[in-house]
Amino acid sequence: MTEITIEERVDDRPGGLRSVLSEFWAYFSENRGAVIGLFFFIAIVLIAILADVIAPHAPNHQYRDALLQPPFWQPGGGFRFPLGTDAIGRDMLSRLIYGSRYSLFIGCIVVSVSLVVGVMLGLIAGFFRGKIDTFIMRIMDVVLAFPSLLLALVLVAILGPSLINAMIAIAIVQQPHYVRLTRAAVLSEMTKDYVTAARVIGVKTLRLMFITILPNCMAPLIVQAALSFSTAILDAAALGFLGMGAQPPTPEWGTMLAESREFILRAWWVVTFPGVAILTTVLAINLMGDGLRDALDPKLKR
Amino acid sequence: MSGEVILEAVGLKRYYQIDRGAFKKPAVLKALDGASFKLKKGSTLAIVGESGCGKSTMARLVTMIEPPTAGQLNIGSENVTNASAAVRCNLHKKVQIVFQDPYGSLNPRQKIGNSLEEPLLVNTPMKKGERREAAQKMLGLVGLRPEHYNRYPHMFSGGQRQRIAVARALMLNPQIVVLDEPVSALDVSIQAQILNLLTQLQQRFDLAYMFISHDLSVVKHIADEVMVMYLGKPVETGSREEVFSKPHHPYTRALLSATPVADPFRSKERIVLRGELPSPISPPSGCTFHPRCPSMTEECKYTAPELVKKGGCMVACYHPKTY
Repeated sequence: MTEITIEERVDDRPGGLRSVLSEFWAYFSENRGAVIGLFFFIAIVLIAILADVIAPHAPNHQYRDALLQPPFWQPGGGFRFPLGTDAIGRDMLSRLIYGSRYSLFIGCIVVSVSLVVGVMLGLIAGFFRGKIDTFIMRIMDVVLAFPSLLLALVLVAILGPSLINAMIAIAIVQQPHYVRLTRAAVLSEMTKDYVTAARVIGVKTLRLMFITILPNCMAPLIVQAALSFSTAILDAAALGFLGMGAQPPTPEWGTMLAESREFILRAWWVVTFPGVAILTTVLAINLMGDGLRDALDPKLKR
Repeated sequence: MSGEVILEAVGLKRYYQIDRGAFKKPAVLKALDGASFKLKKGSTLAIVGESGCGKSTMARLVTMIEPPTAGQLNIGSENVTNASAAVRCNLHKKVQIVFQDPYGSLNPRQKIGNSLEEPLLVNTPMKKGERREAAQKMLGLVGLRPEHYNRYPHMFSGGQRQRIAVARALMLNPQIVVLDEPVSALDVSIQAQILNLLTQLQQRFDLAYMFISHDLSVVKHIADEVMVMYLGKPVETGSREEVFSKPHHPYTRALLSATPVADPFRSKERIVLRGELPSPISPPSGCTFHPRCPSMTEECKYTAPELVKKGGCMVACYHPKTY
């Protein structure tokens, strides 16, 4: 056989993860809000990890001599309790710092549970089609038909109020979004030739589902995971506020809000700071998620 | 070696049911309506026709992606249509496919090396090192360099991707390769390279090609046998020389007259077909070509002509051109 010569130009760009990451960062860093969100999020993660070191007081220790002490810049406040104390003398700053642990914990667990289960269901529905597809998708439609917080409330009412049950309820409520996204992505990938080629080669069903198709469906799922992280935190705070999530004295931000409701006119700091904490965290994660979506969307690539 | 029939199709049919809403009966789309052919070892059968004539359906049936609605398909001595799962799995290795679009036929998240090794990974007990060696050897055979092994598909041009697709199809040592318009998505200069590559590989591995195309100048270059299809049925089959020099069926003649030839002094006898390709859901009665046929008579409207021997070809027409 004669040697075949190629005149075609060979692309010599470096391959692999590093080039993918640097390209990703190039697109991501164009969005300033997303970068700010990312740094804020990293800061919260560090605070949560180092809570034991940086918190000035134990979160549940009650200082009977300093009930409802205002923050340091107000008359009567002091640097012993920089953000003041609540009605039974617990340091607000320490409680907020420890509370970030709960928020991140809720976000991580809810997102991973609903992501794993949702991706599985969506993959099965999109891959096998037919009756099983109809069955899964109609159940998801039923779940979607309820207002999400109401359904979460009902589920917690059945399971009993606790942080774990609230997380289970929120995971169930968020499930359908993942199922639909995965199914849509799987359906569009299934029509592509490389899937048929893999079948002809003799790739078996499980390998085809998880190794051939699934990695090509990940981009929208990553974005959805980032965005629903904040929804999970928000829903957990709402459930906590309604007394259906974390139970006192857990320093969870939503629960802190609920406990201090009655002091809203007398001691504004007890209500405001947990609210601000929730607001900024959710905002940061949403900004980050938006940037992630833009960076991962192939249609916006130039 | 050559001359042995390794693929035989008898009256192959594939119908699709099409739902037309809740209040209408589902329609039947006859994508392939009775095709018979034989494919010999080391030779190339070209299947030609305009879009919607059942070419790609044929490819899907031969590669066992879909079962035929009726008819028989034999690969080697095995009957595919009622083979057991184990036999079928074995037959899968003998028939491979190369697709038209080199951008869609490679998994974008899989390195070239893994793409090439996957057939060996799922079908053979070969070790990692052996697979790697086989994949790199195959990369060399299709004219790529071993260092391309660790690259992703998006780093290659269309022609190179098609080489990779060919390499992947050959990893399992198949006997039959279905080429579903393998060069129609490529530039003309690269088309020639890929066609030459295919011819070289055919000689080296004694492959049988089923070459699906709508481009007659490409077919003229590579085919041994030609089968012209219209609306799911073959209308003319024969050797390349016969079909290209003495086309009998009016459809074949129209197709040939539409092929551009780089010769300004050639006398042009351009046969322009009137109308559109009819819907395969409700094909015309009798000879399906009759509404567009220049030599149509009353007879053509009622009964469909059978394939009969005419010169060196088999022709399904009541009024073939005689030479």
